[in-house]
Amino acid sequence: MSDTTATSHVGNQPRPYRRRVPILWWVRRRSYLLFVAREVSSVFVAWFVVFLLLLVRAVLSGEDAYRRFLDWTANPFVLALNVVALLFVLLHAVTWFNLAPQAMVVKVRGRRLPPVLIAAAHFGAWAVVSAVVAWIVLG
Amino acid sequence: MARSITMQVARYRPDREAEPTMQSYDVPLRKDWAILDGLNHIKDELDGTLSYRWSCRMGICGSCGMTVNGEPKLTCATFLTDYAPGPVRVEPLRNFPVVRDLVVDIGDFMAKLSVVQPWIIRKDEETPDGEYLQTPAELEDYKQFSMCINCMLCYSACPIYGLNEHFLGPAAIALAQRYNLDSRDQGSADRMDALSASTGVWDCTYVGECSTACPKNVDPAGAIQRYKLTAATETLKSFLMPRGGR
Repeated sequence: MSDTTATSHVGNQPRPYRRRVPILWWVRRRSYLLFVAREVSSVFVAWFVVFLLLLVRAVLSGEDAYRRFLDWTANPFVLALNVVALLFVLLHAVTWFNLAPQAMVVKVRGRRLPPVLIAAAHFGAWAVVSAVVAWIVLG
Repeated sequence: MARSITMQVARYRPDREAEPTMQSYDVPLRKDWAILDGLNHIKDELDGTLSYRWSCRMGICGSCGMTVNGEPKLTCATFLTDYAPGPVRVEPLRNFPVVRDLVVDIGDFMAKLSVVQPWIIRKDEETPDGEYLQTPAELEDYKQFSMCINCMLCYSACPIYGLNEHFLGPAAIALAQRYNLDSRDQGSADRMDALSASTGVWDCTYVGECSTACPKNVDPAGAIQRYKLTAATETLKSFLMPRGGR
């Protein structure tokens, strides 16, 4: 497929040439690929929400339903889907926290806090919340 | 070192061609020559029909932005020797309509620039006798964004703008922030509608290439993310305090 559009002429007035963006523009550069992967990650975030709702429904429906749900999650296909989804959600979370210092300018006594400190605070808070959740679930 | 380098230059003569073609020229490879010097050599010595924009040759005017080997660059600040042995490919800035050869139509950017009102807005009735005073710390708040030279390399690097021409774009938003963060300015509410519209900051999905391309370290991507937080806070405020949030 051509990635160009022909110039059109109106009378003697030639129009400027417009280059059409190629369909695979996002594979040409690492940052573009990462950007598209992050956009796609929203689908997997949505999948985890659905998965959580299915889990809650199974728990509410009694022990049999919960066992059936666990068997279903042990299915290789569901397991593979969840592993891929986890990788995408991690990408989503890491890029989100890396972005935080760009959006937040925090001043202490008139001085701007270094961006790395803001990122570190976010990652630290993430680790603490994850540890608490892990303690509640596994403990 | 080779004494010449081949420059492959995009040509588009709308009266003759339906789409751009590449034309090769051999130019002297000198240590102190930028891409722009090579183009000037072509224009003066080899082919006077080549069209391109330039002015100051010192990274201030923002006129000579082009695509060099696929990257948006200021051609006055990009040296031929960095591309030796060549060839080096020079094309017009991407994401803009090409008028002729390396000249693009910048009308869309000019229109967007005025939308964000990039000037100091005061609500006072009278102008003061002297200057509006400002401390060095207050200057520091916006100085980085004031370095923008309107070269449009960020628009050329932004895939969102390439896909959606309605996006306000990196430089216009960075310049809006340059005035929003200026202690002398009182116009942030006036700029808010344009900035927090769907074609404003929310169209940006943070690729970050605008900040990579910027020759002046303005960091437009940072300006946009900061304004997203401001816009979200203001929306929340107006929701919680409908009668005087702003």
